[in-house]
Amino acid sequence: MFSLLKGIWTVLKHSIRKRETVLYPEEKPLRYPRWRGRIILSRDPDGSERCVACYLCAAACPVDCISLQATQDKQGRRYPEFFRINFSRCIFCGFCEEACPTYAIQLTNDFEMGEYYRHNFVYEKEHLLISGPGKYPDYNFYRVAGISIGEKNKGESENEKPPVDIHSLMP
Amino acid sequence: MGEPIRSIIILIAVLVGVLAIAAGLIWLERRMLGLWQDRYGPNRAGPFGSLQVAADMIKIFTKEDWIPPFADKPVFVIAPAIIVVTTLLSFAIIPFAPGIEIVNLNIGLLFFLAMSSLSVYSVALAGWASDNKYSLLGGLRAAAQMLGYEVFMGLSLVGVVMLAGSFSLREIVEAQRKVWFVIPQFLGFVIFLIAGLAETRRIPFDLPEAENELVAGYHTEYSGMKFGMFFVGEYIGVTLISALIATLFFGGWLGPLLPPLLWMMIKTFFFICGFILVRASLPRLRYDQLLSFGWKLMLPLSLLNIVVTGAIILAAS
Repeated sequence: MFSLLKGIWTVLKHSIRKRETVLYPEEKPLRYPRWRGRIILSRDPDGSERCVACYLCAAACPVDCISLQATQDKQGRRYPEFFRINFSRCIFCGFCEEACPTYAIQLTNDFEMGEYYRHNFVYEKEHLLISGPGKYPDYNFYRVAGISIGEKNKGESENEKPPVDIHSLMP
Repeated sequence: MGEPIRSIIILIAVLVGVLAIAAGLIWLERRMLGLWQDRYGPNRAGPFGSLQVAADMIKIFTKEDWIPPFADKPVFVIAPAIIVVTTLLSFAIIPFAPGIEIVNLNIGLLFFLAMSSLSVYSVALAGWASDNKYSLLGGLRAAAQMLGYEVFMGLSLVGVVMLAGSFSLREIVEAQRKVWFVIPQFLGFVIFLIAGLAETRRIPFDLPEAENELVAGYHTEYSGMKFGMFFVGEYIGVTLISALIATLFFGGWLGPLLPPLLWMMIKTFFFICGFILVRASLPRLRYDQLLSFGWKLMLPLSLLNIVVTGAIILAAS
């Protein structure tokens, strides 16, 4: 009997507590930088696409929502001919981001992706590609890669750093 | 000429007022439950979500009004009306302020007890007519619960009647000019409060509709406005019991400064919030606990209350 009254009193004390609800559309919930939201494709600092169409993201994807087709430009540089993510299947696990060797595919903070038609969830490359470098502003895959493609050797292309001398301790 | 028109105006005002309060309680209850559970409740439609009531109304009126083919059709249709009619009829005897009441019956309190006993037919018949085992269990539970709690609900009021010397609610209020009956009749007040909770079939006495055992108890098969009627009936019942507690134990319209009608409304509102608070905090009782609590504890206590009150009145006179 006494415990019932104590329970009622405890509930009554809650009338002056702060409410826990986050009033969503007006007040956004707190999201941290590593939040896994809408997937984007980023560009190098010099503006070219980072994606080298290696298919690792598509292979890593547990729900097979990524599909792409690799092709090459005149220099022999690989890039995706099309790049398609079906967001109605995507589970935002972030495996594609972990698999990506060039930091091209990244997950962002955006989660407000509601659509009225299911086919609108299929994002093509022009919807995915952003104009900036995303989370890694200074990273440029081809400047640190040091691979030879077609008509040039390691470190010879413009904006490419010379290959690292692995026998030297100097930076 | 003047008198009939006046009583018709009061009649319509009470009817509209009570139904409006019952509708408003849907919103109020959800807001208050939200407050006590650290959330907001409905807050989108209109200021503080108060137009939620309109949204709920539109929704419930446009729902399919489905009568199951296996149901006992006439009884199934009549059952939800009984609860609304009986609880609304009980409002006829409540004096809201001096002169603002529908009838001043000299057996007012008995009339209320009769009407609240009739309202159990609604639940029992709804459970029976649905021809569904869960509904039937709910209806049976309601019948047994009413049988147990109606008895000491009546007995708990005997003390008040002895002190006031009348069954008329107006005279009971007038008898509280010196001191509210909650002080000499505190035990009676507590017993009536518990009986009132059981009477409205709300948590912790909502065994007839226990969601997690009986689907929805007696209104499992109901939909649309028939289902809405049970809820309107429940909310009118809450208002009725609150108004009665205010009238019988807290001096009704009596109070300083403010107009009598406002005092009555403040007191009623206070007890309505109390009902919601109890719902927000207490768990549901087990069925055997409920019945043994009623018959073995509350009934002897209310009898004791009568004996002690009678002895004191005798000694004083």
